[in-house]
Amino acid sequence: MIGLLVGAPLLGAAVLLVGGRLLERTGHWLATALAAVSLVLAVTLFLDMLGREGEERALHQHLFSWIPVADLQADVAFRLDQLSMTFVLLITSVGTLIHLYSIGYMAHDPRRRRFFAYLNLFLAAMLLLVLADNYLLLYVGWEGVGLASFLLIGFWQHKPSAATAAKKAFVVNRVGDVGLSIAILLMFTTFGTFAFEPVLANANETGEGTLTAIGLMLLLAACGKSAQVPLQSWLGDAMEGPTPVSALIHAATMVTAGVYLITRSGAIFNAAPDAQTVVIVVGAVTLLFGAIVGCAKDDIKKALAGSTMSQIGYMMLAAGLGPVGYVFAIMHLVTHGFFKAGLFLGAGSVMHGMNDEVDMRRYGGLRKYMPITFVTFGLAYLAIIGFPYLSGYFSKDEIIYAGFSQGGAEGWILGGVMLLGAALTAYYMTRIMLLTFFGEKRWQPDAQGHEPHPHESPLSMTIPMMVLAVGSVGAGFFFDSGERFVHWLEPVTGLGHGDSPVSHGTVALAATGVMLLGVVGAWWQYGRRPVPVVAPAGRWITRAARRDLLQDDFNHAVLVRPGNYLTRGLVYLDHKLVDGVVNGTAASVGGLSGRLRRVQNGFARSYAVSMFGGAAVLVAATLLMRAV
Amino acid sequence: MNPENYLYLSALLFTLGACGVLLRRNAIVVFMCVELMLNAANLALVTFSRMHGNLDGQILAFFVMVVAAAEVVVGLAIIVTVYRSRHSASVDDASLMKL
Repeated sequence: MIGLLVGAPLLGAAVLLVGGRLLERTGHWLATALAAVSLVLAVTLFLDMLGREGEERALHQHLFSWIPVADLQADVAFRLDQLSMTFVLLITSVGTLIHLYSIGYMAHDPRRRRFFAYLNLFLAAMLLLVLADNYLLLYVGWEGVGLASFLLIGFWQHKPSAATAAKKAFVVNRVGDVGLSIAILLMFTTFGTFAFEPVLANANETGEGTLTAIGLMLLLAACGKSAQVPLQSWLGDAMEGPTPVSALIHAATMVTAGVYLITRSGAIFNAAPDAQTVVIVVGAVTLLFGAIVGCAKDDIKKALAGSTMSQIGYMMLAAGLGPVGYVFAIMHLVTHGFFKAGLFLGAGSVMHGMNDEVDMRRYGGLRKYMPITFVTFGLAYLAIIGFPYLSGYFSKDEIIYAGFSQGGAEGWILGGVMLLGAALTAYYMTRIMLLTFFGEKRWQPDAQGHEPHPHESPLSMTIPMMVLAVGSVGAGFFFDSGERFVHWLEPVTGLGHGDSPVSHGTVALAATGVMLLGVVGAWWQYGRRPVPVVAPAGRWITRAARRDLLQDDFNHAVLVRPGNYLTRGLVYLDHKLVDGVVNGTAASVGGLSGRLRRVQNGFARSYAVSMFGGAAVLVAATLLMRAV
Repeated sequence: MNPENYLYLSALLFTLGACGVLLRRNAIVVFMCVELMLNAANLALVTFSRMHGNLDGQILAFFVMVVAAAEVVVGLAIIVTVYRSRHSASVDDASLMKL
């Protein structure tokens, strides 16, 4: 049953890739249907799980023994507990909606069948990742996600920028994957196994140094997949992929994998406070980093990408707080899944109507032309900025409260950073909203003279948006009422209580206050007066943020250039030293034989001389030897 | 008579033959000098046979004569053929196989 969950989309990917032209007309429906099959299975399993109590909720399924070699026992086994179930529901539901949306969005693409095959592959890999019962199988899913993201980001491979972005995402992810593989090897040498249960159960009895090392390696892996500083640079460029892909990467799959990994390995991090501190720092830095980048981008998708980075930063931070935060990290992940998918699908809908224009300075006043998109996008917008009683309000406030609960100066710093992040979130989201849907229309004919005619998207695109909007509005309230979500996840992640210097109410009030501040700030800058079509030069911080806070320049200066020098040096050494020795040997042998050749002058008499000479020498030597 | 004198004569003849091989250009003369060297060797062999009082040296000398006869047949044939094709019996002219 659990195997089928992964199997259905995997089958879809295989059939679509192998099926070829036969499935050109029906392939996308097949893919969507298989994603829906996964969703139905997930819901069935969920209802089944609700029927059981406490410890019995976790399901295990041993499929087969994968690598049975003496001490190395790797199984293909699944584990479905509350944490996996949450992810499975999110992945399959948002995934199915995005499949449905893509039917409309990719209607005119000649390679649509392939696109849906990759989407299915993405779902299957992500489901394998969250359902695996050991780290090695998780690693398989992890790599599968990396592969699928590479294929999808570079889907429009005829565009050099897309091909480069795909390669960049792949390479940066590889750096993180090295971390995961080292962590798995460390686990194996320490615990002798990599199944979740024994590793996590024995974590307490192991030396802190080892656990810190494992934790840091896991964090490196999480940074790669979840686009956290310092491995964040791929996320912005990943916007080169089709918009449904961005929605899938940002909401349901891929970037959530890092948070899952940290939460799943909670026992390891709990026992390694140093690693936890690093997770918190990474989360806090990324949270501000992403928000600042999001404030400056004019490309609607890149602004949203900055937003994702920042929101995942919140989740990382929460996960770094330990049992106080795990539940809320996952809760924010789920609510974020809803509103971020809604925002991306809305952005895709806008682009669909605007001839694939992505520059928000050329939108403006679209609320009249795209009412459904406006309303759904608007609801998701209210949810993400934390408008009271919408999804983001509950999940984000809980994380901020958990930050304050750290106590002391650390608590105040974390709380302050997160409140600042909340203000920035409100600012950049309001900016996107104002630039896109309000103000005057600023679009112009493109280079070929086609004036865009903004229009509402087809039903296959708007229905998923509506469903997601409902999720963005209601999910938070649903999870929070009666602390439903907390009770649900507590058996897996545990739950801690810190002593916060401020009360829940104060945090909520403060968060709402800074949110209003951000909204008013954005209105002050973009709502009061007409927006220039060409972006003004801006101050140094704006310019830096437009260049992703110089992350590429940094990577280029610190990694790429020395790497180039290194390879150039090695090539030089190869040419001069290695080739020099080889060529030198050949040349000296050649020269010597050229000189020896002259001895063969063709005169029989000179040969005779050398023969006599040789004979004379031999005789002389023999006599000499005898004399001695 | 002291048999060592035969050995001196043999060495003298061998040296004469060797000088002829090295210095003369005419293939016929070179060939005759080779014969001279062989016979100098034969003389030495026979002398040794006499000195040691056994027949080993004489037997070997017969072998040398037989081989020399065969060599003369082949060698003269080659020289005649070369002379026919090149109108010269000079050993220095026959240097076509060098690079």
